[in-house]
Amino acid sequence: MAFLETKHVAIRGMSACVPKHTEKNIESYQKWGDYTKVRHLIGIDQRHVFNDGRCTSDLFYSAAEKLIEGLGWEKDEIDAIVCVTQTPDFIQPPVACILQNRLGLKEDCFAADIPHGCSGWVYGLSILCSLMQNGTMRKGLLFSGDTASKVASPEDKTTLPLFGDAGTCTALEYTDEEAPIKFALCTDGSGSDKIVIRDGGYRHPFSEHTLDMVDYGEGVARNNNHIFMDGMSVFSFAISKAPKQIKDLMEKYAISQEEIDYFVLHQANLFMDEKIRKKMKLSRDKVLYCIEEFGNTSSGSIPLTLVSRAKEDLENKHLKLIGSGFGVGLSWATAYFETDHIVCPDVIEI
Amino acid sequence: MDLNEFIANFADQFEDTDSSEITAATEFKNLDEWSSLIALSVIAMVDEEYDVTLKGDDIRGSVTVMDLYNIVKSRS
Repeated sequence: MAFLETKHVAIRGMSACVPKHTEKNIESYQKWGDYTKVRHLIGIDQRHVFNDGRCTSDLFYSAAEKLIEGLGWEKDEIDAIVCVTQTPDFIQPPVACILQNRLGLKEDCFAADIPHGCSGWVYGLSILCSLMQNGTMRKGLLFSGDTASKVASPEDKTTLPLFGDAGTCTALEYTDEEAPIKFALCTDGSGSDKIVIRDGGYRHPFSEHTLDMVDYGEGVARNNNHIFMDGMSVFSFAISKAPKQIKDLMEKYAISQEEIDYFVLHQANLFMDEKIRKKMKLSRDKVLYCIEEFGNTSSGSIPLTLVSRAKEDLENKHLKLIGSGFGVGLSWATAYFETDHIVCPDVIEI
Repeated sequence: MDLNEFIANFADQFEDTDSSEITAATEFKNLDEWSSLIALSVIAMVDEEYDVTLKGDDIRGSVTVMDLYNIVKSRS
């Protein structure tokens, strides 16, 4: 297990932005039949999705502007930004470079993308905290999120009802206080074909056949620019690996369940998350959900869940939290972190 | 590991299918109610009851309930 403990970097704020437009699953699913049973399992009523040309960086930009304003930070104080996304505006350049300019940040600023999915917020946090913990970079922004709805085939009943769009911003600051954040980070690349968009990279470049729709039967048709997900394998991966990793992290750092205010799981689907919760014997009130309102928003889901479901606690209390993400890669990552009266604007809709 | 208990646990994942319809020889993918969602319930049941991880390929490669039982038995 790859454990990591960073110090002297504190979370000062968290914001989330989603498209105003929503799609109701009861309507989107109509062409495949009755949604009731599916709803019972996946737990998603609606998803916020862009129905125009806007992109991940538009979500990040709005999330950042609101958060920087709330924090009262000067933009030229920001020394580093990291963008976690698998749906960048372009294959090149990095989203982080686009945002550095659009936000009006100084040139003297670290900016890099991390192309991770569901485990991405935790991975991004581990990287930005590691960068900042010796104090040469004092303020940083971690962005995470995807326009995940854009990768799902409209003719695939196994992915269309799942994915929503969201972009989030987490503000970090160097502090003389200890402020430990504890991580466990894992990878199983043998499952790299379990969640995949086949074409458009350089292994299978975009070609004249990329957009050919193939009917796989049972309500599944997609092209090679759409996401393929082996739902059964991903499910068995998540329910076996995620609880074990959370448990290992808590054992390694002697963290008890009782001291944790909230466990925030990647909002994959309700059945999977509930299975993980029950396996860990966590009470329902300790595990936050926002999946019914936003769907699976990839690396945006952990901060989106906190902002949308625990805003008052984040603003008014000192919280001890565990966040755990698992998915594409296959990759899974868990973090123990604390927040203390942080800035947390309402979820922004654009 | 008891075969009859496994069959009963397997049958519990179905709502509309009478448990008497399900035996060791049942070709479960031919059951009307079988779906990818039931498959997830079966994976969850096996994880919970037998502490065994069934992968997608295990389900895809199995025809009868007995096939699944044999996989679970070999790993438990």
